[in-house]
Order: sequence, then C-alpha cells, then structure tokens
Amino acid sequence: MAKHPVSLKVNGDEHDLLIEPRKTLLAVLRDTIGLTGTKEGCSTGDCGACTVIVDGKAVTSCMVLGVTASEKEITTIEGLASDGELHPIQQAFIDTGGYQCGFCTPGFIMASKALVDENPDRSEEEFRFALGGNICRCTGYTKILEAVLQAAEEIRTNS
Amino acid sequence: MKSFEFFEPTTLAEASNLFAKEHAQLLAGGTDLVIGMKAYTETPASVVSLEKIPGLTGITVDNDNSITIGAMTKVREVELSNDIRQHHTALAEGASEIGSIQIRNLATIGGNIAHASPAADTVAGLLVADAQVNIASANGERSVPINELFTGPGQTVLKPGEIITQFRLPNPASGSHYIKHKIREVMDLAFIGVASAVDVQNGVIEEARIGLAAVAPTPIRATEAEDLLKGKRPTPELLQQAGEAAAAATSPISDLRCSAEHRKEMVDVLTRRTLQNALDRA
Repeated sequence: MAKHPVSLKVNGDEHDLLIEPRKTLLAVLRDTIGLTGTKEGCSTGDCGACTVIVDGKAVTSCMVLGVTASEKEITTIEGLASDGELHPIQQAFIDTGGYQCGFCTPGFIMASKALVDENPDRSEEEFRFALGGNICRCTGYTKILEAVLQAAEEIRTNS
Repeated sequence: MKSFEFFEPTTLAEASNLFAKEHAQLLAGGTDLVIGMKAYTETPASVVSLEKIPGLTGITVDNDNSITIGAMTKVREVELSNDIRQHHTALAEGASEIGSIQIRNLATIGGNIAHASPAADTVAGLLVADAQVNIASANGERSVPINELFTGPGQTVLKPGEIITQFRLPNPASGSHYIKHKIREVMDLAFIGVASAVDVQNGVIEEARIGLAAVAPTPIRATEAEDLLKGKRPTPELLQQAGEAAAAATSPISDLRCSAEHRKEMVDVLTRRTLQNALDRA
C-alpha cells in the first residue's frame, strides 16, 4: 500500500516522513522517530499509557492514525523538560514518589499537563475524575494524585 | 492492522463518492474504527477521513434558539459547550460520560451516532432534544429525525455514500437530565442510559420526551410514557406510571454485564429519577 508523506512536528522538531496509513501515531513516535518515552499499554484506549498532547489536547495516541497527525503540534514526555530542567509535573512525580514501575508515568504526566494547562484550579475530586482514563498497574494512585496536586499548586502560585 | 488506502477529501461530494465504494469506511475521530481495525473486526480496503472537509465542526446557535452541531465536533466540545449545557443539559451530560478526556478529545458526536451502538452515550440526549440528522451524499441532502435513524445494532438508514453532516436541535425543552447506569465512574459502557426532557407551563407538563439507550436493538423514545405525562401536573404517582410505561416499552437483552430483568427495572427507576431532575431544572 502506498506510503504517505507526513510532516510531524514533535516537541518542536519537524520530521518529514513517509508512513503507511495503518501506522498509529504511537507506532510512528516509537518505531519511526525513536521516541520511546510514550508507552503502549492496552492499545485499545483504556489505559492512557500512550497519552500525548496534540494541538494542546491530551489524546490516546494508540487510537490516532499517524497520517492524520500531519502538521499538528505534538508534545511527548521527551518534550517537557527544557534546558535540562524538569517540568514542575515531572519534578512533582519524583518528589512524591508518584511512580513505581514507571510504565504509566509518561501517560499520567502528559494527561496531567494538559489538565493543569487548561485549568490548574481543579479540586482533588476533579483531578481524580479527569485522570480516570489513566491506569496504574502498580496501583500507586495516592502518590500520583499527590504529585498532580503539588504541581497544580506550584503552577497556580507561579502564574 | 490490515493495510488500506487512505483518502483525505476536501469536499463532501468527493468523500461521498469514495465512501460509496465497496469496503470503504469513514474516519471521524477514529476511537471506534482504529480499535476495530487493530482487532481485525474492521478490515476496510479504503479509509476516508472527514477531517479536511470544511464546515463539519462547531456548535452554532440560531436566532430561534435552535442549535446546530457539526458532525465532526469533538464530544469534549459538546460536553463543555455552555450553549449545550444550558439548553440541552442531557446531551452535555451524555457527552461527558464517554470514555476518558483523552478519548473525548478524539471522538466526534457524528461518529458516536453513525456507529449506531444502542448504548451510545450521546444518543438519549439527542432523542430528547428531538434532533434532526442532516445527511449529505454526492446525490444531495436529506434530513432524518434521530428516532428514525437506527434500524438495529450498528445499523442505520444511511445508504452507501451517505454522510452525517450535522445535528439540528430545535427550540430546547426547559429542563433535561441524563443518567448512565454503570459501574465505573469513567471508561465504562452503559448498562442502560436514560434521558428525560420536559417543558412546564403554569405547573403543567406541556411537553415530555424520554430517550432510552441499551434497552432495545436500537435507542428508543418511550412515547407511551411521554403521552401519560403531557397535560398533567407532576406527582410522584404520575412519575411512577411513566417509569412503568417506559420499562414496558423496552426489550433488553441479558449479557455478561447485567440481566434483562435488571435493565427493565432500572429503566423504571431512572425514568422517574431523570424526570424529577428535569422537572427541577425546568
């Protein structure tokens, strides 16, 4: 089947690629571009491990065809730190121990980033509900929530 | 995933012609199709994306208070729209029940309806909004009331090449409410979904609409229950009669998730509950 030319803007870098239409954005990020920070968990949209931010919105990249992401701004976990300094959400996950095996962490961090970018002024209950699309198989939810609340607090204070 | 040819037409006519071909499938948000293709339950020869066609997204309010929702509007936008929350609360509530935020940022209202799942979360809200479904093809346009769109699970009256373009919601009812009966707060499929919408004038129910999902081969309106309510003052007894009439209108199945008897019983309970909440909001 014919490959399609796409121009993916990932973490500020442009990647001009020829990809098969059946490749998901997740597969293109990991296998073609080599950004393996984004994880494949269930591959059916249930676990949120593959969450990336496309044009400011958190999406499950396992459900997106790579060809449809052309020309859109994509941010993955690799794009959060700048000049060697971690994003407040990344730092908060470290400070609180908001990860165990770490597999769900990139997805949780990207979903959390989109939430605090949209509105850091959410209650604990609202964050809990809004992160319902991310699953942690180590069940470390208490620490994850602590991390998100700490980061939201920090972002509120600094904004 | 099997290989397929991928098209991104920029006009509806072009999309319709491509979609009319054998083994062609439309791509809206992809949250059903891409998963289906990975599972090999969907093996289209060609996939026609609607994303590049202008005019299919957005929510607009017209002078007469009717609202038009483009079929490619993201479910998350429907959920957060102030106009929908205010005038078609049951629809906004239904939209907020789909999957997760990540999925609602991808999924479209047109896809939720065209997929024709009897359990679709936006369908009960569209039923009680009395929505008209605008449909386009290379041969022209037509409009179908939402309660006449579905013919069976996964089946609609759409002909080859026909594409849902918009939902038109006429002048809204004054109060509505949707309840999804489920186990998990998010990422769950409805056991049943019930929406009610009412108009009340001087303490009398002028208009009542009840939409039911996942209780029959297609989503349905409980018209006998609606007729019981019209022209009467709301009382607990009246709501009970309406709940019983709504339950009688259903033909649910038993499956792994719950029994037909439970579904029927819960239609009764949730019809009363959504009616009461709709009345409180009216």
